[in-house]
Amino acid sequence: MVSAVFHSPLEAKPVMAAAKVAAPARPLPPAAAVESAPRAARDWRAVWLRLLPPVLGFALLVLVWELVALRSTTGFPSPLATWQQALTVFSDPFYSKGPNDQGVGWNVLSSLQRVALGFGLAAAVGIPAGFAIGRFEFLSRMFNPLISLLRPVSPLAWLPIGLLVFKGANPAAIWTIFICSIWPMIINTAVGVQRVPGDYMNVARVLDLSEWKIFTRILFPAVLPYMLTGVRLAVGTAWLVIVAAEMLTGGVGIGFWVWDEWNNLNVANIIIAIFVIGIVGLVLEFALIRIATAFTFEEVKS
Amino acid sequence: MNDDNKYIGIEGVEQRFKTAKGSFLALRDVNLNVAKGEFITLIGHSGCGKSTLLNLIAGLTTPTQGVLLCANREIKGPGPERAVVFQNHSLLPWLTCHENVHLAVERVFAATENKAQLKARTEAALALVGLTPAAQKRPGEISGGMKQRVGIARALSMEPKVLLMDEPFGALDALTRAKLQDELLAIVQKTRSTVVMVTHDVDEAVLLSDRIVMLTNGPAATIGEVLAVDIPRPRNRVELAEDPVYVHARKAVIDFLYTRQAHVEKAAA
Repeated sequence: MVSAVFHSPLEAKPVMAAAKVAAPARPLPPAAAVESAPRAARDWRAVWLRLLPPVLGFALLVLVWELVALRSTTGFPSPLATWQQALTVFSDPFYSKGPNDQGVGWNVLSSLQRVALGFGLAAAVGIPAGFAIGRFEFLSRMFNPLISLLRPVSPLAWLPIGLLVFKGANPAAIWTIFICSIWPMIINTAVGVQRVPGDYMNVARVLDLSEWKIFTRILFPAVLPYMLTGVRLAVGTAWLVIVAAEMLTGGVGIGFWVWDEWNNLNVANIIIAIFVIGIVGLVLEFALIRIATAFTFEEVKS
Repeated sequence: MNDDNKYIGIEGVEQRFKTAKGSFLALRDVNLNVAKGEFITLIGHSGCGKSTLLNLIAGLTTPTQGVLLCANREIKGPGPERAVVFQNHSLLPWLTCHENVHLAVERVFAATENKAQLKARTEAALALVGLTPAAQKRPGEISGGMKQRVGIARALSMEPKVLLMDEPFGALDALTRAKLQDELLAIVQKTRSTVVMVTHDVDEAVLLSDRIVMLTNGPAATIGEVLAVDIPRPRNRVELAEDPVYVHARKAVIDFLYTRQAHVEKAAA
């Protein structure tokens, strides 16, 4: 009877009905075993419905990829060839043969390091700036035109400025990360401060709290969810930009690795890099969503 | 006039708001004196400026004309001596009930008392509204009635000269509302606070008030009538139901709201 569960959701249904009828007839422990069968059936069905669509999605991707590879005359690698290449690449991710030939692990780590530095600096400047702009009308009017002007600029347009000012590829890349990830943090923090419910600010006014108490007890907790959204957007942008910046600056990094493999015409490695970039981005995003939910209170969400 | 009879003084107050369509006259020519220890309710149809008047007394807004006094001093801004219980409780969701009340206690008494005394005050305020067991819970974990009680505890903990309440029980179900009204009656009896409360509930107004201030319909609302409720305290809602003074007062308020100031409903119908 239990084995029927594994066939298909459709077949499992009559089993569930049968089990419900059968259960009262058997009051002893076997009844419990019978009752657990339909529950398992439902669980399996739910798991199946959750897993199937994403699996189908990936299958579609591989199928299209395979078709493109079959028709390609320029040596576009098939999924299988790429998989085999990936096994070799990941068998030794941390080798180092000189500055221009290092394992994928080192490349990812140095990209992450640049992102962390540029992003960290942006957070250190952007979040306090956002609070100040959100709290004081004067500052908001002073800086809003500047932000509106500079925000839409493509991050890579800042790279030459970085190269000129810092006279080095690495600081220029960090500068580019800094400048492109600072806007979402400033804007979201400022918007968060401006959207602190008027009632909370009225509480602050009635209690006549000091500016420090207002900040620690009301503004900061109320703004935190907005701020973390800004941080999440910023990390996403930073990770997008680092690849492009490194393509231009060279050195060690996942972006440079893509460009290097392109020069070697090693397309399989480029595809591997694309997956690595995607997965790292996904992990960063996921981690920040988890942090954001942990710090969001019921009443702030609504 | 004796100072005690004019603890809160509202003299020739007018309030205009600037809107996109130009200036909007919310209140005009409001004159009212509230005696020390008196319980006043402001009643009127929605949009008549009850909350506007309360915000003026709280100092959250300033009048465009006229003057408001509290204990012979002009009200220039909000302050802890005029505690406000907000309509939607306005507790900070990231603080526990204890911390919410403590924030107020700390502001008022930290300069003169030590930490143990502040903690004792906070606990006493929560005990007054019967919430000692929920002290360590966050507002999200307790019911609407309990939240409103924390709001009241927070206001009372500051030992305010005046307690201002903006439809404090408006969002609650009838049973919880009745219970909190009884609790409020008992607390006010004990603390002898001066209270100004906004309500749209006739029974609530008659049960709680020494005087009921009835506002005419907005815009350009003003005080239409003031009704003194001469029912001795402590008051009991069950006994009052058949009390002729109570019934008469209730009828007078209903008459004002639905006969003389009824054009809002007629326009809507």
